[in-house]
Amino acid sequence: MNDAAKELLPADVEPRWQHGESVLISERSYAAHRVDHGSGEVTWWLLDDTDLRLQQNRAELLARMSNALMTSLNPERCMSVVAELAATHLADEVLVIAPGTTEGHAVTRCRRGEQPTHELLRVDVEEVVGLSEALKGFPPVPSRWIDPAAAPAWLAHDVSSIVVTPLPGHGVPAGALILMRRDGRFDEDEESFARLFASRAGVAMSAAWLFTQQAVITERLTMDLLPPLLRRYEHVDLAGRYRAAQDTERVGGDFYDVHEREDGELFVVLGDVCGKGLDAAVQTGRVRTTVHALLPVVADHDQLLRSLNQALLTSDRTRFITVVVATVTPREDGLHVRLTSGGHPPALIVRADGGVEAAKTRGTLVGILPEIVTTTDEVVLAPGDSCLLHTDGITEAVGGPLGDEEFGEQRLLRALGECRGMPAEALAEHVHMLASQWIGEGTHDDMAVVAITAPRRR
Amino acid sequence: MPETAVQVGAADALWEAALDGDERRATDVVLKAAEEDGHEFVLLDVIGAVQRRVGLEWAANRISVAQEHAITAINDRAVSALSVARPYEPPKHGRVTVACVDGEWHALPARLLSEVLVLRGFRVDYLGAQVPTPHLITHLHRTGPDVVALSSSIATRLPIAHATMTACQAAGVPVMVGGAAFGEGGKYARRFGANAWASDARQAADMLVEKRLPAPGAPHQPVDDLPHLVDQEYTLVTRSTPTLVRSVYRALEERLPAMKSYDDEQRQHTAEDLKHIVEFLATALYVDDAELFRTFMAWTTDVLVARSVPARVLGPTLELLSAELRDFPRARRMIDSVR
Repeated sequence: MNDAAKELLPADVEPRWQHGESVLISERSYAAHRVDHGSGEVTWWLLDDTDLRLQQNRAELLARMSNALMTSLNPERCMSVVAELAATHLADEVLVIAPGTTEGHAVTRCRRGEQPTHELLRVDVEEVVGLSEALKGFPPVPSRWIDPAAAPAWLAHDVSSIVVTPLPGHGVPAGALILMRRDGRFDEDEESFARLFASRAGVAMSAAWLFTQQAVITERLTMDLLPPLLRRYEHVDLAGRYRAAQDTERVGGDFYDVHEREDGELFVVLGDVCGKGLDAAVQTGRVRTTVHALLPVVADHDQLLRSLNQALLTSDRTRFITVVVATVTPREDGLHVRLTSGGHPPALIVRADGGVEAAKTRGTLVGILPEIVTTTDEVVLAPGDSCLLHTDGITEAVGGPLGDEEFGEQRLLRALGECRGMPAEALAEHVHMLASQWIGEGTHDDMAVVAITAPRRR
Repeated sequence: MPETAVQVGAADALWEAALDGDERRATDVVLKAAEEDGHEFVLLDVIGAVQRRVGLEWAANRISVAQEHAITAINDRAVSALSVARPYEPPKHGRVTVACVDGEWHALPARLLSEVLVLRGFRVDYLGAQVPTPHLITHLHRTGPDVVALSSSIATRLPIAHATMTACQAAGVPVMVGGAAFGEGGKYARRFGANAWASDARQAADMLVEKRLPAPGAPHQPVDDLPHLVDQEYTLVTRSTPTLVRSVYRALEERLPAMKSYDDEQRQHTAEDLKHIVEFLATALYVDDAELFRTFMAWTTDVLVARSVPARVLGPTLELLSAELRDFPRARRMIDSVR
């Protein structure tokens, strides 16, 4: 058969057909199928499978491209992936242009075989015919050929053909893809494949823009709800730890805050809004703002909590809170801490000699009854002593080796007995760790801890 | 690196200061040593050395977990002091995210790596410990780093580490891992498909300076890396851990009458020891390595002896555990290889 074919084919082609294989002749591919008729006669079928193979390769390529495209929701990385894929499979040089912001257009450039580069360009996209429409994503525009001679310098030089393709973002502008060849043009087939690629790239890019937009909004809105970063003070060692109930959220219904008063005095508040999740977190924001605003105008803790109670009663009656407040005053003999609780677990005092006691504070929940009652306790923290404020997320943590036990106050007191002389940072971390390890992989409530320590003197 | 007299001197001085809870002295020691030997040296061979010693002293029961935290807190402050004293230089290499695997409490190794990478000219986002995986992935999408460096020191975090690695790779970011959890020579790192493994912070920095890690391949599932997981032994043992601990504990009480007079604290300790044994067994099942379980049991015996707890409970414990897990051939083989 191969001998027979040789007669028919140009002299430089050596056919080596075998059953089930394809051979390339004059840029087309032919698959050979041998059929035996039993009488010694054989029929060879030669089928032109050029288009089939092209489609197979493209399908494979598209699958690989889609895999690469769907990985990242980071716009810059997404643009790099698009540029690199296009430069490897579609063109000699590629530009991916993001929709403009006030700062200009983010542009990723990639030459075949090189790493993509990213830059911010302040350019006038109107200079390039069809580019501004492609970037807007509406009205729909087809791919457009650009005359390389008329292309601005930032776009290209030394290329023989340029085609601008919009990246369809489906309601969200996703940018444009510019493909360039050094020699030769794109044929119709290549152009249609480029469109197919662009439609996938557009989906990936618009997803990345949307995600970024939402993430920025979330970050801005929750920034004030996050626990504050505690700074260092000369006479007071302070540390806090926080973990929201839901791993997908950073904020929850527990909160703490520290405010600096006159004469080196510090005001610390820690509390728990009933409920968890975002709704509770929003309420913590209100409570924190209210406390901050009330501080300069109230005379003492009792008045503060009464005013807070009134404020909560007249706003959201569905959520009450428990709260503990502490005013820390550095004195000669250590830190004088005035503590008042509104229905909150009492502060625990960890003495430098290993003794642990609970502050004698009592008080009603805040935000549920028209009147509340509070008692203030004053403790003196000698150097090396600490005062621990915590929410019930710590003591009511369920888990342990048997899986269903509460961490409980007794265990916390016992653990604190081993914490004598610890710096605030270590104490807060230790308590947070014990509760978290107790919980293990199980679900938990919001947890907040603040440690106030009188530094040891040297 | 051979230990010089200066280094031993500084590390000892820092150890003494940290043990004493004296932050000011600790800070003085590191700042002075940094002037003489450079920041990287102090981070890895003074502070790092003290932190390694913390682990050893704790295992030998010479310090408590509480003391471990106190020393680490002082060490951490010393790192901050060094960080403030570092002259600013604009980053010249890529961007790296450094984080601990969720549930990992030993944040200092990751922090030391971050500081070293900054010194070497990387732009670093240090996320610290207790980072839930969803936060880490969101961070990766938001910042698009060139690589994420994950640290884990406790073997029982390995399954989570693996899931986190796969998730980072699916977000298109190559993963470098390090820390004691990944085993000798990083054997588990390879099995989990890490894009790189480094034995310590210095090697990690060297590797990242030398070359950019290529983007990870197509997204895959953890089970693709570990085909033995199809027997579900890991899943079932993990799910029934509390039940296993409870039944073994009860049966132990029958065998060892002395346990009946245990107080609350002793009871909790024993139950926690049992839980650790089951957790390490589950981890060994996850990575399919009986050696991991053997090493843990040998270490437990040492720790129990150091804590003056009779190690004789271990024999009956393993026997009871093996009986409870009669339907799990892989688990039984592992337990029997220790008995």
